[in-house]
Order: sequence, then structure tokens, then C-alpha cells
Amino acid sequence: MSGAATVRPRPTVPAGAPTAPVPTGARRGLEIRGLVKEYVPGQPVLRGIDLDVAPEGITAVIGPSGTGKSTLIRCINRLVEPTRGEIRLHGEALTGLRGRALRLARRRIGMVFQEYNLVERLSVMENVLCGRLGYVPVWRAWLRRYPAEDIERAFALLDAVGLPDHATRRADALSGGQRQRVGIARALMQRPELLLADEPTSSLDPKTAVEVLELLARLTAEAGVPVIVNIHNVELAKRFAGRIVGMAGGAIVFDGPPEALEPVHLRQIYGGEDWL
Amino acid sequence: MTAASATAARRAFAPNWAGRAGLAALAAYAVYAAAQLDITWARLMVGFGEAGRFLARMVPPNFARWELLVEGLLESLQIAILASALGILLSLPLGLMAARNLSPWFVSAPTRAFIALCRSLHYVIVAILFVKAIGFGALAGVAALTIASMGFIAKLFAEAIEEISMKPVEAVRAAGAPGASVLLYAVLPQVALRFLGFCLYQLDSNLRNSTLVGIVGAGGIGGTLFAAFKRFDYDFVAAILIAIIAMIFLAELVSGRIRAALQ
Repeated sequence: MSGAATVRPRPTVPAGAPTAPVPTGARRGLEIRGLVKEYVPGQPVLRGIDLDVAPEGITAVIGPSGTGKSTLIRCINRLVEPTRGEIRLHGEALTGLRGRALRLARRRIGMVFQEYNLVERLSVMENVLCGRLGYVPVWRAWLRRYPAEDIERAFALLDAVGLPDHATRRADALSGGQRQRVGIARALMQRPELLLADEPTSSLDPKTAVEVLELLARLTAEAGVPVIVNIHNVELAKRFAGRIVGMAGGAIVFDGPPEALEPVHLRQIYGGEDWL
Repeated sequence: MTAASATAARRAFAPNWAGRAGLAALAAYAVYAAAQLDITWARLMVGFGEAGRFLARMVPPNFARWELLVEGLLESLQIAILASALGILLSLPLGLMAARNLSPWFVSAPTRAFIALCRSLHYVIVAILFVKAIGFGALAGVAALTIASMGFIAKLFAEAIEEISMKPVEAVRAAGAPGASVLLYAVLPQVALRFLGFCLYQLDSNLRNSTLVGIVGAGGIGGTLFAAFKRFDYDFVAAILIAIIAMIFLAELVSGRIRAALQ
């Protein structure tokens, strides 16, 4: 990130566009205030992010590679430690949590990864049940003695993601699209209050990418789980998200519904114009 | 300037002067050392003559005292299995603690130092130390080989853990799993097969090594072998050597089968 990439003013998206006003009460969704991340002191990757995400719908974060999309998402579940700023989920601060409190917060937040991050040598069922590791005691996890309802839910989720007969297959025997389906089932196994997806389709072919996003959109809508998805494919973002957040140079430069995203904004986000 | 002369002026391969000098120095030192140690053709001939007489006295092998033989072999086997089991059990936590990608430096650094200490002395020297400390017999052998197994398995296990993919670890942590569950689900499945391989290899090694610790009084067939040597019972020595070779071959065969089955 060069110093030249200064924070641009927010584009003129009509205030009160369908990005949902922040509700009061217990389910306030996600609130990010003044989030700064510096991997190297003095070189911020995130330059003070303010973002509210309603407790419903899909929010797509778009932007060029290296602009901090992944860092933003990983700051939320603290896979990356924020340098400054505050993140709250339903009013409860996630920043500053340690040890057990951090674990209890993390199990409320599901995550889907670009490279699936399955345990290759474990079975599909075991991978899906990894989503319950924050809930079951270690000895139960070790002996595979999960509560019956967890097993039932895992089978139901495998049916839902279209892998009904794959429970006992090893994860490394699956194709990329199948692995990501397992990744989605694992995340939903947590019964999350928020689902983070970090470039979930970047390792998939175009057709599979659409199928996986359709699945993600349908299942999270059914479960009422809000989703924040990093994605660099603008067309996919516009197709599946109700709200687009455009990032450039570690700052948010666009925030609005997909219909409001014009070439002028894409120029702001990605720079240049030859590609448009 | 013509194209040919331009090509001649450029070097395709840089001359390795340091390598050439090193090889020359090594050759010179080998000649010097051989002269110092009186390694001459005549000495070699004398040695071969002795060897011929020695080998002649070994045939035919004498299995008359087979009970002594079996007793020694069984003790060696027990020493090897006990030491392997103990060593494997202790290496598991040691390896995890020594892995720099999972443990903080103030845990991994002292653990690595301890593992290095276990490896620094040859197991025969460790066996002598234990014989002096806790007395003659199998206990000293078990203790010495346990130390050796710990040094070997823990080091390789730690290295295997440092090579794992951190992606599943990240995913399981993101699900809020406690540390022990992260180990059980994201770390151990990635290294379990290699760990088993190290253990089988160490069991093989321990079988071989357990035949030797007896020579310094730490139990097993080695003691019998040493006694036979001292009494010039070379036919019994031959019988013992054949029995040891048979046992090692058998162990190699079994562990090879297990390894193949694990793939």
C-alpha cells in the first residue's frame, strides 16, 4: 500500500439506501469503529474502518488484492489481531477478548475459507463436526461421542449442501466444489450469529463458484445468518449481495446496494479504466 | 569482435576454487592419517590371516546352549519393547512442546535443548552411566534406550509438526475449539502416520541396540555374547550372531508389513 493511495471521500450514495438502519436492542448486528491494522508499525493495511452490518443479508466486500479485505474479515474473529479500533457483535465487544471468552465469541462466528481449510485426513463427517468443537468437551470430541442432535444436524447439513452419501469419505477424496460445501456445512454447524466468507469461490471454476454462492446464500437466508463475504468477482458480488462495500487502499470508498455501483465507483475501487 | 570470441570470453560455469581446494586437502589428509595409523598393506595381510583363523573357529555354529541364547534374546526383546513404549509415550508431549509453530518460544526452546541433550551422548555411553548409577541389569538398558528413543522420536515428531498446514488449525481455532481439541482434530491427523513411522523405525533400532547394551552390563543377549567372546567360544558366538540376525530380519519383515498396511 503506497502512501499515495489516500482515503477517498465516500461516493454519493443516497443516505438511507436499503442498507438497513442499525436496529437497537440485543440483535444489533456487527459494529466496527475506527479499525486500524498495522502488520508493520506505521504502515496501516486498514486505515480506520467504520462499518455496520445488519443482522441479516449478504454484504460483499470488493476491492483489489492486498487492499485489506481479508485482514478486515480476520480482525472480526480475531484470527488477525487489530492494532486499534473496536468491533462489537450485538453490542458485545470482540476486541480485547482473551482465552475462554475469545473461544466462546468465536464459536458464534462461522467462517468459510478460500482454500476450504478442511482437515484432509479426516472424514467429511468429522470435518463437519469440527464446527461443534467450541461446544463439546475435549474428551467427547476425542472419542467422537458427539451428542445425537449434533450428528443428526450434521447429516441434515450434508443433505442440504448436496453431499448426502459422503459422510464417511475422506476430505482429500473430494473435489474443490465438494470441499467448499463441506466448509459451508462446518460453518453452519456452529449455529453462527454471523458468517464470514473469505474469498469462498476464488479457488473454484466459474460454474461451481455460482453454485457454491447460491448454496451459501440459500442456507444462510434459511438460517437467518448474516454473511460478510470477501469476493473479487464484481459480477458475483452484485448478483448475490444486498449490499456492496468497496475497499481501496485500506479504506472504504463505496457502500451501497448493487444497483448503485457504477463504473465510476469501480474506477475508484480498482483504479484505471481500461479494464471496464 | 566476432561472435565466436564473444562466446569464448563468457563463462557458462563459474570455477569452484573452494571446492577443488577442499577435495585436494581431504585427499592429502587421508594419506597422512593412513601413514600415522600404520595402515599398510603388510598390516592388512596380517589382519586377514587372523580373520581367516577366527572365522574357521566359528563354523559350525554351536546351538548346544540354546536355552541361554533364548533367555538373552527374550530379555533383549523386552528391553527394546519397554524402552520403545516409554520413549514413544514421553516423545508425544515433548514433540508438541518443541514445535515452534504451536508452542511459544519459552516452552519450545528449553524443550529443544532437552531433546538435544538426549541425543548428544551415544546410547552405549548413556547405558554405562545408568549401569554405574542404578546397577547392572535390564533396568539400565531400558533407561538408556528410552533416552535414545526420546531424543530421536521427539525431534522428528517436532519437525513433522512444524511442517503441517496451518489452514485446518486456523479453521478449527476459528470455530472456538479449545487447545486440546485443536491438537486432536487439526494437528495430530496431519502427523499421525509419520509419527507411527518414526515409532516403528525406533522399535527396529531399539531391537538392534538392545543387543549391544548387554556388553556394558545393561542386560540382554549382549552380555551372553560378550561372555562367549571372552571365553573364546567362537562357535557359540556364531550361534548368537545368527540368532540376532534372524530376530532383526523378522522385525524388519513385520514392521515392513505394518508400514505397507498403513499406506
